[in-house]
Amino acid sequence: MVVKGYEKKQLLDFYKTMLTIRRFEEQTFEFYKRGLMAGLAHLYMGEEAVATGVCGALNEKDYIGSTHRGHGHLIARGADLDKMMAEILGKKTGYSNGKGGSMHIMAMDKGILGANGIVGGEIPIATGAAYSAKYRKTDQVSIAFLGDGASNEGTFHESVNMAAAWHLPCIYVIENNLYGISVDIRDVTNTPDLSVRAKGYNIPGVTVDGMDVTAVYEAAKEAVARARAGEGPTIIEAKTYRWQGHHVGDPAVYRSRKSKTEKEDWMKKDPIKNLKAAMMEENLASADEFEKIEADVEADIAAAAKFAEESDYPAAEDAFNNIFA
Amino acid sequence: MRKIKYAKAINEALDKIMAEDENVMVIGEDVGFIGGNFKCTEGLLEKYGDMRVKDSPISEQGFVGMGVGMALTGLRPIVEVMFSDFLLVAADQVINQMAKITYMSGGQAKVPMTIRCPIGAGRSSAAQHSQSMQAMIAHFPGIKVAVPSTAQEAAGLLMTAVYDDNPVVVFEHKMEYNKTFEVDDVIKPIPFGKARIAREGKDITIAATSSMVMKSEAAAERLAKEGIDCEVIDLRTIVPLDKDTIIESVKKTGRLLVVDEAHERCGIGAEVGAAVADDIFYYLDAPVGRIGNPDVPLPFSPALEFPLIPSEDKVYEKVKTYFK
Repeated sequence: MVVKGYEKKQLLDFYKTMLTIRRFEEQTFEFYKRGLMAGLAHLYMGEEAVATGVCGALNEKDYIGSTHRGHGHLIARGADLDKMMAEILGKKTGYSNGKGGSMHIMAMDKGILGANGIVGGEIPIATGAAYSAKYRKTDQVSIAFLGDGASNEGTFHESVNMAAAWHLPCIYVIENNLYGISVDIRDVTNTPDLSVRAKGYNIPGVTVDGMDVTAVYEAAKEAVARARAGEGPTIIEAKTYRWQGHHVGDPAVYRSRKSKTEKEDWMKKDPIKNLKAAMMEENLASADEFEKIEADVEADIAAAAKFAEESDYPAAEDAFNNIFA
Repeated sequence: MRKIKYAKAINEALDKIMAEDENVMVIGEDVGFIGGNFKCTEGLLEKYGDMRVKDSPISEQGFVGMGVGMALTGLRPIVEVMFSDFLLVAADQVINQMAKITYMSGGQAKVPMTIRCPIGAGRSSAAQHSQSMQAMIAHFPGIKVAVPSTAQEAAGLLMTAVYDDNPVVVFEHKMEYNKTFEVDDVIKPIPFGKARIAREGKDITIAATSSMVMKSEAAAERLAKEGIDCEVIDLRTIVPLDKDTIIESVKKTGRLLVVDEAHERCGIGAEVGAAVADDIFYYLDAPVGRIGNPDVPLPFSPALEFPLIPSEDKVYEKVKTYFK
């Protein structure tokens, strides 16, 4: 991975963001195992470089549409960890006062138009935000995160087609983690690189190593620059891998059908360890500096977990708030 | 007063709202160059330009979903879905997204979006272009549902819909677009949840929606000549539903007939009937009656289609059964 030529601060920010996502997800899994989290959560461990690299290329006012596996996108946009964790535990102090949960965290103050429980549901919504940005003549861009599975939904193709036809400032980031629950994308799709679909819409499409945060960042930076310049949408496919099952309760027995060492091979590409190693090798930061970041992240996660655990549940009658019809 | 076509009243309302608020835009199939399949957006493209009046590709899920995204980010989109049947193509965006985002976000986000779409049978359009989706959409919490009757109602309810900060589906009736109505010189917004007493009467309450209001009024005229005095209530919106006006009327008449063009099964008739029975059962002198499309898909042949559609005659006949 390339780290030369980057500001040290930017790389350390990437490191901190990725580590925060990793530790947040480990803490979420822990809550699930302890029976403190109701329902399920779809963890982002292993995919941290994608959200971090993409969101690293954004400005404060940009939009994102997120997915059921959305914690990483929110953290990379700087969402409040306390309110996220509280939402995941169904507490009234959560982003949605416990009405959304893990799959539906929304943070309008960060331009996050919602994680989404419907695969591909967020794609036209993010595209509409891009239309709105163009309509209002702002220079905002909109990111639609989606998985390999959603790349086979009609919403993806309908949205990309319109964004291309109307040169909308929208970037479609396909997080190809190989599996739609248990189904291997290679068994249901005839294009090894999902970015080639861009050709059908006459827009740029690029496939990047989704385990390499600077590679993702470079691709996103270029796409964002095009979008801001009025040159329209881009499809970015980031090849990545989720280390856990589809959700916290999925033992992922379907893995390794094509390669016995599939998971181990992908875990060697740990984007966090690899960034740290590359920076150390280039003497860009000291062990002390990394330790400091790691301690800060630990403290942030511990504080978020404590806040969430200690927060109250909403009252039963709160189910009738925020409804108008 | 003046006389204009129903489609023209809608067109005027759209023009007025777009002139008032630069964040209002229209998107949908054929809304631009040809001014809409039913001519409701005629002239708007020329006046407001191609960003505000957008001809979409045939991608209902895509452009309805884009409407949600626009509504979340400062615009007030009016999305035209060419036939209410096509709402089903966009059902995820309507029901799972548009209706639920405000709730799921704990009130952080508003979705000030209007969907306009026509309902109704009568054009030999067969089973996929003749349905009336209002009862189905009304089932889901988080969507306001307007079912205008006359041209004035269609324009007035549309204005209220667009300025509402929450999503609204306005079901226009495709058999009315080309009919001429008397309207006020200046049509004003009509508040939601306030039913209109279209005709006062004391013998039976007919609660109706959309075109069925006019059909019920026509039936009431005939019945009046036979000494049966019908009160016709135009529900205007079914979400919110003005239960109070219906209940006050039934307390007076003791009889209730609900007329809505959607299928009878799980329909507005069942809903209104149950609401009334719940509250004022002992005021009822007779069972609540319902008229809707029978529970078969709408067939193509006029010989098959017309006998199914709720009509003035059907209302007339049904009311007569109460006074044998």
